[in-house]
Amino acid sequence: MEVILDFIGTNREIIYFVILSIFVGIEIIGRVPTVLHTPLMSGANAIHGVVIVGAIIVMLDVDANNLGALVLGFIAVVLGTLNVVGGFVVTDRMLEMFKKKK
Amino acid sequence: MIQNILEISYLIASVTFIVGLKMMSNPKSARKGNLIAAAGMGIAIAGTIFLYENGEGLTTREPVKMIMIFSAIFVGTVIGWLTAKKVKMTKMPELVSMFNGMGGACAALIGLMEFQHNVGNTGPQMAVVLGMIIGSVSFSGSIFAFLKLNGTMNKPVRLPSYNILNAIILVGVLAFGAYMIFSGTDNSMLLYALFAAALIYGVLFVIPIGGADMPVVISLLNSFTGLAAAFGGFLYGNKVMLTGGILVGSAGTLLTIVMCKAMNRPLWNVIFGAFGSNGAVAGEGSSISGSIKDISVSDAAVLMAYSKKVIIVPGYGLAVAQAQHVIHELENILEEKGVEVKYAIHPVAGRMPGHMNVLLAESNVDYGKLVEMEEVNPEFSSTGVVLVVGANDVVNPAAKTDPASPIYGMPILEVENSEHILVNKRSMNAGYAGIENELFYNPKTSMLFGDAKDVLTKLVTELKSM
Repeated sequence: MEVILDFIGTNREIIYFVILSIFVGIEIIGRVPTVLHTPLMSGANAIHGVVIVGAIIVMLDVDANNLGALVLGFIAVVLGTLNVVGGFVVTDRMLEMFKKKK
Repeated sequence: MIQNILEISYLIASVTFIVGLKMMSNPKSARKGNLIAAAGMGIAIAGTIFLYENGEGLTTREPVKMIMIFSAIFVGTVIGWLTAKKVKMTKMPELVSMFNGMGGACAALIGLMEFQHNVGNTGPQMAVVLGMIIGSVSFSGSIFAFLKLNGTMNKPVRLPSYNILNAIILVGVLAFGAYMIFSGTDNSMLLYALFAAALIYGVLFVIPIGGADMPVVISLLNSFTGLAAAFGGFLYGNKVMLTGGILVGSAGTLLTIVMCKAMNRPLWNVIFGAFGSNGAVAGEGSSISGSIKDISVSDAAVLMAYSKKVIIVPGYGLAVAQAQHVIHELENILEEKGVEVKYAIHPVAGRMPGHMNVLLAESNVDYGKLVEMEEVNPEFSSTGVVLVVGANDVVNPAAKTDPASPIYGMPILEVENSEHILVNKRSMNAGYAGIENELFYNPKTSMLFGDAKDVLTKLVTELKSM
């Protein structure tokens, strides 16, 4: 019990942050019309590619002589980039088609 | 000073994610919204590469590391860009699933690498282990979802009492994870074992679920990856990872619920798959009387050309046959002849909500002609001809009339209210849900068998010569 209370005490800013972000996410997305759900899913998919920031941090903090860790970090950055770039480009391709004619 | 600049770049990126997602709620601003979010992502990535400092002085920028980071980004960009540009629009769900899996794998790798640095620190270690578990589940799950959509693995695979088995494995993985967090162990072998167990759970989670339900699963896995990214943010105290991850987590969850609602099935029903097991038996049991009526292409053409209003109901069959361009041509010719043409879009037409709109937009169909279900349903009674192309379950009246049907209660397009119904299908096989459709036996229904593209091309030729 004390562990949990301690945890909440030391991380309360982040906990506030998390709860507020959840509401922001629901509010924004709740108003999207059905027709845009596929592009939205794709766009959201690109945004969670932000995990690449973590992969870069791992790379920067790792010992430059630790080849194994460098290679794993390299793979992580490649995968993260795939997620980000592929996600945004595909979303753009889908949305390009929604241009109003005339 | 430098750290403040980095924080500001993260703040800008977080705001662009929120603004970008918001702009995506309107077709007019959607594209710009996506670009704004992408720009924000670029700022966050560049900021991290050049400005990030770990508080304990671990951060170094030797040339070898920088070269590796930049070449990794280069490789990822080239592959991601080319795949995204080349893939066919019908393959969209597969692609989203694939990219989602990549993000999950990235999160899992971060967890694997950070574990040793946080031994004994319960809070951060919790973020490490949970991020790794969720990332792994999302990765292996997405890959199998991809294979299912791809058709490589279409049938649900159900091990004996798979629900109990899955539940036991899930509890096992979580208990194992809790042990790794709270025991303070630094045993890498155990960590790899947990990694493998999470990967296996991801596979077992997805394989019992039928291909038709994959969009729901992908949407759910999408929010999982968001959650994994958020745990990464918690680990590093990184605000942009937190915002991005949580936004996607709540977006994905909401989208998942919306999709389930469109199919009128609760989420647990999709995940634990009551569908197709007892449901299909009931469907087979109720035999349908009546006969199927064929119609020739020329008769169909005449029927359409001389009616006042034609409503087209496109389904996945249209997408598979790549017939979205021909159908637009058909629409143009009919309009020239003074026929009013509309498209009726069921919320789950295609394989994802909005998938059909994307496909039709690709072939330049006017956005205003795509009418959603609630709006179009009252119009069927004043419609001369309804042309159903490659759709089945979304026009199955059993959803309204037969409580024993597995799709009972799903809102459908009420095409049976119109004067004539033309149905283009490849064969008499049941639809994706595997159930019979009494609409085909309706006296007002005529069948146009054949590949959607072939049949529509013939219809267009026929109409041109009239």
